Amino acid sequence: MTAQGPIKAGIEIGGGTWRFPAGQPLRLDSGARLAPLEIAYKTYGRLNEARSNAVLVCHALTGDQHLASTHPVTGKPGWWDRFVGPGLPLDPERYFIICTNVVGGCMGTTGPASIDPATKAPYGLTFPVITIGDMVRAQSMLIEAMGIDTLFAAIGGSMGGMQVLQWAADYPEKLFSAVVIAAAARHSAQNIAFHEVGRQAIMADPNWVNGAYLTAGVRPEKGLAVARMAAHITYLSEAALQRKFGRELQRDGLSWGFDADFQVESYLRHQGTSFVDRFDANSYLYITRALDYFDLAATHGGVLAEAFMKARHVKFCVLSFSSDWLYPTPESRDIVRALNGAGCRASFAEIQTDKGHDAFFLDEPLLDQTLRGFLAAQSHSRGLA
Amino acid sequence: MSAIREDFAEILKLVRPGSRVLDIGCEDGELLDLLVREKGVDGQGLEISPEGVAAGLARGLAVVQGDGDRDLDHFPTRAFDYAILSKTLQQMRDPKHVLSELLRVADQAVVSVPNFGHWKVRWALLSRGRMPETGALPEPWYSTPNIHLCTLRDFVALCDQLELRIDACASLAEGKPVRAIDPRQPIENWRAETALFLLSRKAEPQPAPNALPQQNLFGEVELPKAEAPKKGRRSRA
Repeated sequence: MTAQGPIKAGIEIGGGTWRFPAGQPLRLDSGARLAPLEIAYKTYGRLNEARSNAVLVCHALTGDQHLASTHPVTGKPGWWDRFVGPGLPLDPERYFIICTNVVGGCMGTTGPASIDPATKAPYGLTFPVITIGDMVRAQSMLIEAMGIDTLFAAIGGSMGGMQVLQWAADYPEKLFSAVVIAAAARHSAQNIAFHEVGRQAIMADPNWVNGAYLTAGVRPEKGLAVARMAAHITYLSEAALQRKFGRELQRDGLSWGFDADFQVESYLRHQGTSFVDRFDANSYLYITRALDYFDLAATHGGVLAEAFMKARHVKFCVLSFSSDWLYPTPESRDIVRALNGAGCRASFAEIQTDKGHDAFFLDEPLLDQTLRGFLAAQSHSRGLA
Repeated sequence: MSAIREDFAEILKLVRPGSRVLDIGCEDGELLDLLVREKGVDGQGLEISPEGVAAGLARGLAVVQGDGDRDLDHFPTRAFDYAILSKTLQQMRDPKHVLSELLRVADQAVVSVPNFGHWKVRWALLSRGRMPETGALPEPWYSTPNIHLCTLRDFVALCDQLELRIDACASLAEGKPVRAIDPRQPIENWRAETALFLLSRKAEPQPAPNALPQQNLFGEVELPKAEAPKKGRRSRA
């Protein structure tokens, strides 16, 4: 096939569910063990003979493995479709791109909605609490099972960026380069506070039934939608909201009631209701908890640089967005300072944008240019060009 | 490819092969790239514009977005063999601090400064009574980025004050051959348009100034309790 056809033509898309036998459990940071473990994943491109061109893309809180192909539930393009494809910074003709659904997720990887083999019922709240470290350990199991010793790159934004940092701390020997976008080395009080609002919204929904809603045949849709609405505000900036909606009304005049008079209300309601179709409420509880527990310095004697001491050979690229108030630029600078302190070679840029945290999914030419340049130079030094 | 800029060629001569180099204000990474290719250095850039950072990354360089005034605290003490600051010291808000920072993060500093004592500058001021606009200092006073100008003698005096040793000095002027000079010679304060210095410390470097968070990160100050790193992280004004 040639690159003449539609943009995605010619890409080899693979994937499925990798099942680890019960004798190969996932060891969790909490001390618990998760077995059997299933990991749902997608791949784009082909692993080269030297097995040196694998790129792991780590998804954010509500993302999944459907990186650059149609989402089976929503029918929408993959969440980083604009970044993965022929001629794009992550070109499947050059790289073997892997994206896995995180442990605790709800798109096929073992999570709270999976069936507990001990009870033959969904785990619900009996699912063990997981961490970013657990997510990365599961990814590492999959990479190893695929016969890949070293990733050419681990790339991620937001929670995905945290996973990349965790990779650098836990499996530096398996990394050649690392890209961390709009992330932080730990969750701040404000981050935890917003997540707590979301969790309380879910748990306040009578249909949550103490987490056993699947057995009860109901879904805490209202609670999950409110959680999503609150969180979604943190992904945008004040300027972006103002630009998009201002005080624009849905219809002529006010309703003098509590309908969605303002366009921004209607937008948020839409974000909430469309989210519940594709996401599991308990997964939301577990993954937000994993994020809140994340503090890479704390697990390294309180010194963030200690986390990167064995990653001196890894080339790092850290990027932030100027209007991101969820994981603001100083968080990224702290990461860079620690990397330099550990003797790692790190690059860092703050992309000027008013689009907030979610700029990472959007059209930001300088983001593309920076990542394209970084990846091209690194793949050249890896001999992939 | 066009000829190498004179100051770049001079810096290329000064830098030891295989050394660790920090280039402050590295722009699109041209000098660093040259040093990597010609001298096999391990290079790191610091650049204020994101476009410059992107260009440096595309060259395969490690570049951190930031400026010399604020962001040298990113780097640990003696992390480099050389810190290069080309023609921008006079644009810094606190050149004295920057100069001492250069010689905290590196064992030697390569610094070039335009000489405000040059005869053309003196003549312009004397004859016209207005702020000089010369080849090395082309902008009018109201738009010049050069906010802390100095003469060769001023700079040498600052080096003395900071207990820095001048290992080498050369006079640079556009279109003229580079000339090794003794910057303490009064005549050079008239003759040199721009001076390039190779500096080193007479004494061991002090750890990072004004208790920057970096100290905490490297555990140089007492911390490991759970609270300490958080305080450190937030201490940045």
